[in-house]
Amino acid sequence: MLQRQVIRKFLLGIIAIILSGCSTMGVQPWDRDLLAKPEMAINSSPLDQAIDDHIYFSKEASSGGRSFAGGGCGCN
Amino acid sequence: MKPNKKYIAEKLALAATALIGGAAHAQDTDSEWDFSASVLTYVEPDRVSAAEVIIVGDKDYSDTNKFSFKVILDSLTGASANGAIEQNTPQTFTRPSGKGQFVTNANSTPLDDTFRDTRGQINLAWTDALMEDMRYTISTNLSKEFDYQSISFNGEIARDFNQKNSTISAGLSFASDQYNPYGKIPVPFSSMVIDEGQFANQDEFNTAFNATRGDSSDTITTAELLIGWTQIVNRRMLMQFNYGFADTSGYLTDPFKVLSVVDNNGITQDLVYENRPDSRNQHTVFGLVKYHLDESIFDISYRYLTDDWDIQSHTIDTHWRFFTGDTSFIEPHFRFYQQSAAEFYQPFISQASTMPSYASADYRVGDMTAYTLGVKYGFQMFEDRAEVRLEYYKQTPNKANQPTGIANLDGLDLYPEVDAIILQVNYFF
Repeated sequence: MLQRQVIRKFLLGIIAIILSGCSTMGVQPWDRDLLAKPEMAINSSPLDQAIDDHIYFSKEASSGGRSFAGGGCGCN
Repeated sequence: MKPNKKYIAEKLALAATALIGGAAHAQDTDSEWDFSASVLTYVEPDRVSAAEVIIVGDKDYSDTNKFSFKVILDSLTGASANGAIEQNTPQTFTRPSGKGQFVTNANSTPLDDTFRDTRGQINLAWTDALMEDMRYTISTNLSKEFDYQSISFNGEIARDFNQKNSTISAGLSFASDQYNPYGKIPVPFSSMVIDEGQFANQDEFNTAFNATRGDSSDTITTAELLIGWTQIVNRRMLMQFNYGFADTSGYLTDPFKVLSVVDNNGITQDLVYENRPDSRNQHTVFGLVKYHLDESIFDISYRYLTDDWDIQSHTIDTHWRFFTGDTSFIEPHFRFYQQSAAEFYQPFISQASTMPSYASADYRVGDMTAYTLGVKYGFQMFEDRAEVRLEYYKQTPNKANQPTGIANLDGLDLYPEVDAIILQVNYFF
């Protein structure tokens, strides 16, 4: 039950932010000098990410979140 | 060096275009392939060692569409905990194939030393515009190892709004996996047949072993939903929030894991193959913030996972990249992970208790805390970029939350820690 409440609050919080504030957030195209750098991409290190996903998938009981969780290997 | 490098890139480009069967089309465009490659060594002292090679290629076919591929080859050798608890005396186990035995010393964690596999994986992805401010990505993933294969198809739609400062996305993924372990799939909770001289001949042993075996293969299917929102906050900061739901069903048991059945004195009387539920639903929420400071970039993410196996986990992952020159950087990395145990996790089965419906002694579904400490150095090499990453991973079971119940077991290390060292080199050309 606790986890359902956490998820519900998280989702409601996000919806509240979207409705209230996201139209006031952001920058004009000419202010994207820093954001345009490859290092500022959401997934700027896909090789590291692929390796980390594989390692942690095979050592822990959690996967996904950032991207899809399932499939891949019978890691034991 | 340059002609050699160009030659390699051309060869890879040729191989990549052959993959999508569009060689003629690819020749017509001026856009060039971007490649990156990674070589990894993963070592758990006294346990598993892995080597992995990844090659990724990207190509823009126009302003809006892009094709990418990823090829992974990895090889694993070494020993893996089979789930049995350590004892004060040596223990003998039958290998999962039924062919041969291995013996574990007294006071050591039983490790199956026949763990060996080679895996090949290929991912193909295509992104294109759907209409103004909208794009789609379709991708497929194929993975094959000796006893396991997986195929998945994924689709995602993303839409930008608010002058491309906000993006919402929704994706679906379907995966179908097949397990066909050497020696077939063990019957849940059947006892491991161990040849201790009680069989008249090999045929008699084989008959007893085969009686503990069921189908030669089984399947796992996974359906997933992933909804995301990415927001540019200001000139220096962006953030992302995702919600994911995954429904997995089929053979979710590990055919190589067993549980020790112990008497009141903590002495192992039997070894039984584990059994897990045949479905799992998991929810994840994920948040990421990325911030560009004057001379560095900082990011931190948090993931919360909960599922109907009663596992809850928290993951905090953070990187801080400091630019040390025009083409070099140093990036410390810290990751914290904590999970609660699956409801069916138990380190052993007591003879005195009722046999559960499901049980696994696999440490990976137990209570644990883990952290990773790492550092990456990026630099220019010839005319290309290179990175070296070194990481240390430590996993500690949370013993305080787990019952022992039997006094004689208290002196034994029932919850061993796992350490791993990861060394990785990335090259972009």
